[in-house]
Amino acid sequence: MTQQPLGTRRQALLAPSIPPATIAIALLTGAFLVLPFIALLTGITWSDLPELLTSQSAVDALWLSLRTATVATVICIVLGIPLALVLARTDFPGRNLTRVIVLVPLVIPPVVAGIILTEAFGRRGLLGEHLSALGIDIAFTTAAVVLAQTFVALPFMVTTLESHLASSGQHYERIAQSLGASKWRTFCTITLPLLRPGLLSGTVLTFARALGEFGATITFAGSLQGTTRTMPLEIYLARETDPDSAVALSLVLILVAVIVIAVAYFRPTQRRS
Amino acid sequence: MKRYLTAFLGVALLPLTGCSEGAAGQQNSEDPEQVTLQVLAAASLNQPFEEIAEDFTAAHPELSIEISYAGSSTLVQNLQAGAPADVLATADEVSMNTANDAGLIDVDSRAIFASNTLVGIVPADNPASVDSLQQAVAPEVNLVTCAPQVPCGALSQAVAEAAGVKLEPVSEELQVSDVLGKVRSAQADAGLVYATEAALAPQEVEVFHIDGADDARNFYPIAQTSDTDQPEASAEFIDYVQSDSGQAVLEAHGFGAP
Repeated sequence: MTQQPLGTRRQALLAPSIPPATIAIALLTGAFLVLPFIALLTGITWSDLPELLTSQSAVDALWLSLRTATVATVICIVLGIPLALVLARTDFPGRNLTRVIVLVPLVIPPVVAGIILTEAFGRRGLLGEHLSALGIDIAFTTAAVVLAQTFVALPFMVTTLESHLASSGQHYERIAQSLGASKWRTFCTITLPLLRPGLLSGTVLTFARALGEFGATITFAGSLQGTTRTMPLEIYLARETDPDSAVALSLVLILVAVIVIAVAYFRPTQRRS
Repeated sequence: MKRYLTAFLGVALLPLTGCSEGAAGQQNSEDPEQVTLQVLAAASLNQPFEEIAEDFTAAHPELSIEISYAGSSTLVQNLQAGAPADVLATADEVSMNTANDAGLIDVDSRAIFASNTLVGIVPADNPASVDSLQQAVAPEVNLVTCAPQVPCGALSQAVAEAAGVKLEPVSEELQVSDVLGKVRSAQADAGLVYATEAALAPQEVEVFHIDGADDARNFYPIAQTSDTDQPEASAEFIDYVQSDSGQAVLEAHGFGAP
């Protein structure tokens, strides 16, 4: 699309074609979203901030959160792409049922996710029992945190990729294959590059969900400094004894989230169509 | 459009003006004589307080009771943030002291009404064969406790210190119910919880006694809030909790005498 002349654009700003009530509601909604963050900033004792943020428990929690959320996101990418491809590009009986199942972790409360993960991978769980017999015990380990985060965040990756695949169609893939490209080559040189925007937003959503994970982690993985106590758990615990520290840690988590979103969506090379 | 909006707001605000003089929101809309007592209670009091409230309102039909349950420090924070309440009951004296320091409670009404001891729990089949605190702290045992920052964790630390052992749990849970959950599902081999928590799952966990735990009990204080506009009803409720019938209910749920 060609760029609009400046005049038309200004006109669109001054006399928008949407009902005025929607603008009023939009302003209120914006205020509703922004107000808690302003309240957070006004509630911080800035002089105490360096001390609160450099405590050993805070540093351990942030480092653990960044590591586990990153690993969980990578796993979601590796597992999510094939699942999204199968859902978007193949037809099989039970495909809609599979779609529903993929969405379930997104809909259920995280505590419930933790309970069913315990039923499956816990020491007495369906699969966990056999793993336990083999000497593999993930209870109370960092691996359990990653597993919980992957479980709750995977739906974001799969649904984002699937809707992107569905809307982009298979035009280029068909041409490539009609010209003799193998399925692997088509996947690597056409499908994956075309998937990039979907992959990017999927990654951001997945990372954000993994970073914020609380309920499934506390129920399934436990809470020990440096091993399983991620930022959300540390914030919850800090609230018990030191609300100021909880507020300071919240600020860090919000900053990380803002940085991730900014990096993903507002890169200088990206232009709006 | 504007006219309808004004009419709507008028109707919506009408009930508010009716009781703006006295206790806003305290009076039941169905019956003007009915008084609602708002109680903030520690999560561990959930079951006995429901029963006590039922008995109490049966004896006082003019009163109804609404109880909100949460962790003790959360309750104090809620109160500080202006949550409407007439009575506060916490699971430890530290939280009540915090409320007192902030001028949130009427100190004359403060009383200890129950106590709780620390016990050890293991899954029903006791996979690690643990029946004492000394065995529970062995390195090969997956022991789970509360974090020292929450009351049950502080109590665990005190009891362990008195017994001369060092706790090195695989997880320090944020709530006592999470400790029970981990032992119940046999994720953990042993856990340290309040006696009242262990009483919630008699089929699924075995209890072992900890030597010296009785000397380090947790005391439950109750008090009127300083903002209550139902001082008489609040005092009656506090008295009832301490009465023989109230104490019998608490005892049935594993609480000790004050």
